[in-house]
Amino acid sequence: MPSLSEHIKNSQIWKSIFRHPMPVDRRNRIVVVLTNFFLHLHPVSVKKQGIALSYTWCMGGVTFFLFLVEAVTGVLLMFYYRPTLEWAFKDILELRDVSSMGILREIHRWGAHAMVITVWLHMYRVFLTGSYKPPREFNWVVGVILLLLTLLLSFTGYLLPWDQLAIWAISVGSNMAKAHPFLGSAGPGSSLLSVGGINLITSASDARYGLLGARFVGEETLNRFYILHCIAIPLAVSLLLAIHFWRVRKDGGISGPL
Amino acid sequence: MHLSHEEFLQSVSGFLGMFYLALGLMNGVAAYYLWQLAEAQHHHAPTAEHPQDSHLGNKSFGCLFLAVVFSIMSPLAFSGSATMMAPISLPQFMVDGVNYLFAGSLGPVLYSTLSVGLLAVLFLGRRFFVRPVVAWIVWNCMLVLLAVCMTNPNFASIVMKPDNVPIVAMVYLLAFFTWLATAQAVKNDDRAKDGLPPLEKLDDEKILVWPDLVYTELICMVAITAVLILWAVVLKAPLEEPADAAKTPNPSKAPWYFLGLQEMLVYYDPWFAGVVAPLVIVGGLMAIPYLDFNKLGNGYYTIDQRKFAYVTFQFGFLVLWVTFIILGTFLRGPNWNFFGPFEQWDVHKVVPLNNVDLSEFFWVQWLGMPKPKAPPDVGAGAALGFAIWRELPGILLLLGYFTLLPPILATTVFRKFFQKMGLIRFMILASLLLLMALFPIKMVLRWSFNLKYIIALPEYLANF
Repeated sequence: MPSLSEHIKNSQIWKSIFRHPMPVDRRNRIVVVLTNFFLHLHPVSVKKQGIALSYTWCMGGVTFFLFLVEAVTGVLLMFYYRPTLEWAFKDILELRDVSSMGILREIHRWGAHAMVITVWLHMYRVFLTGSYKPPREFNWVVGVILLLLTLLLSFTGYLLPWDQLAIWAISVGSNMAKAHPFLGSAGPGSSLLSVGGINLITSASDARYGLLGARFVGEETLNRFYILHCIAIPLAVSLLLAIHFWRVRKDGGISGPL
Repeated sequence: MHLSHEEFLQSVSGFLGMFYLALGLMNGVAAYYLWQLAEAQHHHAPTAEHPQDSHLGNKSFGCLFLAVVFSIMSPLAFSGSATMMAPISLPQFMVDGVNYLFAGSLGPVLYSTLSVGLLAVLFLGRRFFVRPVVAWIVWNCMLVLLAVCMTNPNFASIVMKPDNVPIVAMVYLLAFFTWLATAQAVKNDDRAKDGLPPLEKLDDEKILVWPDLVYTELICMVAITAVLILWAVVLKAPLEEPADAAKTPNPSKAPWYFLGLQEMLVYYDPWFAGVVAPLVIVGGLMAIPYLDFNKLGNGYYTIDQRKFAYVTFQFGFLVLWVTFIILGTFLRGPNWNFFGPFEQWDVHKVVPLNNVDLSEFFWVQWLGMPKPKAPPDVGAGAALGFAIWRELPGILLLLGYFTLLPPILATTVFRKFFQKMGLIRFMILASLLLLMALFPIKMVLRWSFNLKYIIALPEYLANF
């Protein structure tokens, strides 16, 4: 009489999902990495030294995992949140005081802070081991863009609770765009861009206006940052992450002494 | 809301009790681990990777001693009473001393000098500081310092702000990982001197991803999830008053990771500190692999084999980025004034500002004549001419800085760089280095001469 687990593992359903026996011997441990969608990100074998925690700190992996946590908690939070002046703050208040899933907001916020830190630590480790050197130069560049996008993700998300902390942090940050040389209304050289004595760069047409969708942080900004935070930047990050991981493999795997 | 001292101690006692308990546990685990190692030594012959260590027993005992000390401190902290907590409280003379040091307008000078000095000492003495015993003592001292400072209400109120907690964590994580990297770099550098390959090369064995890597990843994921959930349960996400465009908080701060840049606004106008500098930082980071021609140090920890790259990066990251984030977060209060770590954030603190432009120095103080000024009825071109004439000293100085220094560097200290990199790559490297150096240069000029702008062109919004 076969046990229940034997029965399941011999069923057509199980076998259609997992095309090979359990990874308990060498052959199947190789096959599992090659045939499983989630595992095929990895090579089949790696240098033992390359995955030593004292060497990699696991910070790239942790950053990716935090990105996934942010994606999942973020989608769930979207069910509870409306990015309008009328509702944004009230919805967060409800998450804090009423909703039983309110802890999602804590996980999401602390996960975001943690992600900024781990992405720095990852870059720190990659620099200190000289892992940006040939043939990995381009992947370092992709990594720098991902670092920037991580900061922008955090920055755009900072506004969404629509409390004093949020709008003033974003005001201070986005005021910098006003000072953009040539493109900001308070930046050097902006008065040079004029046609027939009429300035092209004003507070209603400059870089900050483009960022905020208004002259100051308002409802347009909330909508704009919400879309950037939930759709545009995550999409860009996903694409670049795919390239980043792909290039890790193509550039010779986890770095190590030549 | 103002708490009395007793109420304040009550409010932090729970955290401190747990903190000391965790410290005790940490040392207990270390003692057990070392004791196990000592036991194992009796049975196994020493190898190159695990040389004989006759002091393991003593080290284990030392950790045990610390564990006992912390275990005694823990209930003291839990008590929450002023008398019981006296031995683990910040002594008043320390508070007064630090407040005295940071009073006046010297705060940022002192803070920056001390941090750079500390990092320099750690770097130069790295062989000493990476030794496990030294590192463990320093680590314990750092943690105890935090706990002791937490008994000061002003310190606690800033550190305990929910959004500041991650920055405290970051400081300790950075300390730990910098130690971890430096310890391996020092070992590798010692091995290189003996003609040996780096430690990373010893273990060339290939292993299968399943199970070794997959399980490490799984454990990491579980650990991170646990940490996040615990953090989320213990610490509530901040939510302040509803947004009000008419009520500007004082201080108004950008998100914490941009506070290094916000700190630079003290020294440079927004167009440079807030736009050009970030763009240069991102561009400069991207350029690193194409500027660093040194083939050594690829894929292993080392300092000696890439000293220039190492020191430059650490100066940019640890000094200019991290140190100033800490300054901007913890030590900048209302009106962006500097406050010592134990000082109360006083909205009415007045710091005299008597900063002077370079053109003022040049024309008025040195030549003893008024600054050139365009007559009121000239055209735009003539006004620009007068403005440039007025600011000529600063313009020439800056032009010289960016055009004369690179060739001088290329023929002296950076001669090898220039030969290996070629003109274009060298000029990019030199420009990036000179741009980076502008930050400390302007700070020192401000501190020593009260220099406001090197080039002051407020009529064109182009102050520098």
